[in-house]
Amino acid sequence: MSSLQLIKSNKQNFYYFLYLGLFLFSISILDVSLNAFLKLNITSFLPDILSIFLPLIIGFIGLNFIRTEYSGIKSLDLINKNINTNNFNSILTLLIIFAIIKATPPSLSWMIFDANISGDTKEACTGTGACWTYVKVWLRRFMYGMYPNDLHWRINLAFILVIALGFFGYFLRDNLKKYLALYYVIIYPIIAFLVIYYLISGGSFGLVWVETGAWGGLSLTFIVSFFCLIFCFPLGMVLALGRRSSLPMIRYISIGYIEFWRGVPLITVLFMSSVMFPMFLPEDFFMDKLVRVIIAITLFEGAYCAEVIRGGLQALPRGQYDAAKSLGMGYWKMHIFVILPQALKLVIPGICNTFLALVKDTPLIFVVGLAELAGMLALAKTNPKWLGFAMEGYVFAAIIFWIICYAMSKYSYNLEAKYKTER
Amino acid sequence: MNNKIKKILPQIITVLFVLGIFGFFTFNAQINMDNRGIDFGFGFLNQESSFDVQFSLIEYSGSHSYARAYLVGLLNTLLVSFISIIFCTILGVVIGVARLSSNFLIRNSAAWYVEFFRNIPLLLQIFFWYYAALRALPLPEKAEPWFGVTYMTIKGYYIPAFIWNNLDIFLYSILAVIISIIFINAYAKKIQENQGKQIPVFLISLGLIFILPGLTFLIGGVTLDFGIPVLKKLSKTSYIYEGGIGLPPELIALVLALSLYTSTFVAECVRAGIQGISKGQKEAAASVGLTPNQILKLVVMPQALRIIIPPTTNQYLNLTKNSSLAAAIAYPDLVLVFAGTALMQTGKAIEIVSITMLTYLSISLAIAAIMNWYNKKIEIKEK
Repeated sequence: MSSLQLIKSNKQNFYYFLYLGLFLFSISILDVSLNAFLKLNITSFLPDILSIFLPLIIGFIGLNFIRTEYSGIKSLDLINKNINTNNFNSILTLLIIFAIIKATPPSLSWMIFDANISGDTKEACTGTGACWTYVKVWLRRFMYGMYPNDLHWRINLAFILVIALGFFGYFLRDNLKKYLALYYVIIYPIIAFLVIYYLISGGSFGLVWVETGAWGGLSLTFIVSFFCLIFCFPLGMVLALGRRSSLPMIRYISIGYIEFWRGVPLITVLFMSSVMFPMFLPEDFFMDKLVRVIIAITLFEGAYCAEVIRGGLQALPRGQYDAAKSLGMGYWKMHIFVILPQALKLVIPGICNTFLALVKDTPLIFVVGLAELAGMLALAKTNPKWLGFAMEGYVFAAIIFWIICYAMSKYSYNLEAKYKTER
Repeated sequence: MNNKIKKILPQIITVLFVLGIFGFFTFNAQINMDNRGIDFGFGFLNQESSFDVQFSLIEYSGSHSYARAYLVGLLNTLLVSFISIIFCTILGVVIGVARLSSNFLIRNSAAWYVEFFRNIPLLLQIFFWYYAALRALPLPEKAEPWFGVTYMTIKGYYIPAFIWNNLDIFLYSILAVIISIIFINAYAKKIQENQGKQIPVFLISLGLIFILPGLTFLIGGVTLDFGIPVLKKLSKTSYIYEGGIGLPPELIALVLALSLYTSTFVAECVRAGIQGISKGQKEAAASVGLTPNQILKLVVMPQALRIIIPPTTNQYLNLTKNSSLAAAIAYPDLVLVFAGTALMQTGKAIEIVSITMLTYLSISLAIAAIMNWYNKKIEIKEK
């Protein structure tokens, strides 16, 4: 029988409270929206401090009014259960809604309404928003680097071929499926390497030679991460088996290798590949910069891959090993036919995450002078004709990378969920 | 006999293989260095470095040695890692808890925050903050003060400097507070176990924290002045703030990018830790009459921390390694100062790259060793 009872709804006045609450809530939203979209301040007659906090207070009272245990109205119950469970929650809800409303108009006008995309020069950008003309003009450079414009079809064709070959395994006949691992681990990398070498590098079959210094942009990101993945996988497998081996020297060497590479940052590894590696090779032996980088990243990621695969090996129950041994299988037979096929299936999501980390790490190769997407952005932004558009370039690159990485992380998440139910 | 050979032969082959590779590399390196007239050795560390570093925590100029330059770089790396670790922990815990909120909007905003910052390469984020976002800040002469005394400008963030007198006495008092709180805690635990009485440890500790250091101001002769940044004209168009501490924009961009990026991973660790506690634990605790606060403090947190801390430490380690990306925006960290400038000047590629890698490696291994010890300690001891 206190004042609390007064402002709490009961059966008789429930609808009054509901309408009043919804009214107050919508007033607060309306106030913020008008403020954000039309720059109208309908509460300007109030003192400043009150004018700022008024929507929050009104909205809070409104949400307080419509909060009930159970009303029977589906949408109302949904609101109460999800965004309006108590006072603290309702304030956070309001703050988030206000933040979204406030942030929408400036970002929309920058990205779309005040932005320019027409024309081919800097002068075409007259709006106050983003200058997408810059991205449009430089798009080919961002994607293909300094690769000659009329030869871009070679990169596209190579990628299509490599992807198509990757899907080839799905269409194999059942009696050939047992060679699938052989195909993916040994044959596919070799074919992919040859395709990329002959198509993108050229030099034979009447194709013009393009040196690796001209490669760049997003396609280089893909080339580097693709090769590093297919090379680091076998390396990781050997190291993982080595780490679980019963032979002490092999185990110690594997542990030392893995812990060494996991303990150093990739950037120092790339430094090593560019300044230290040439010292270690015979004098007349020249190795391309791109090849050195791929080797360095492969050695580095191999250690991470090994840990992922080791996780899969450890997850297998002991019974599998015992059963294989009791059938009289030796070490290699046991691993090739019993252990690895099961373990590798378990680690596919983990490998996917490693690949994701790899893609996110490839921009680092710019420290040795290879210009993939981030490197091309750095080049483009210092171009005297196009100064001052760093923001557009980085936003564009961020969107591209985000889409790739998000899709991959969702894919690996789905795989993980799938395998969890299968076991 | 046959079995023995089967065990020893592969080991011998592996060792020979590894030794062979090392030997091959050393042999080549020897020839290459002879041809180029470089000799191997660490004597260069004592030589005068004759290059300058923009930002350093200790006194440094071109007349100092390469060893000192190494130390400057290492300290800068540790500084940026330390600040970022603090920020990413705070952010990560908040976001991780928010991901489990009952509020639909909070839960989803936190989830999108994680998805957003996790899926953009760190280097790109650093570039974004440094080249795009921080470049939009005002020039020093046009900067509006934040909180009255700090200035966010295109040349960096200027904050007031603390000028202490008798700082050592103040530090001793804080040390005394920490030690006494530890003793009071132990004593209170003993009393509670023996007699069942509870001592308001928290209030006593809070009082101590304020009273003891406060006393040093009153009677210990400790004084604190603020050096407030003041605008100063360098030349006709160039202004700078003086009197305070200027944090360079490189540092700010790095801290922003590193803490936002790593906080997403910390948030996932925190979420996993809290979700890892089964509901039965909370219900059991509630049924023996613990209050919600006690449940959180005595039942949930000790168990959740056991799950949270190891992967989080791993993330801190990653952050420290990732801080080497500083070289990309010319923040003078270990990689830029030592593996960059010093290497260019001396040409001692092998020595310098190995020292740099070994430094990171020893940081990693040290933290890994501490983690193993910690894991052993908190392991559930089953009888």
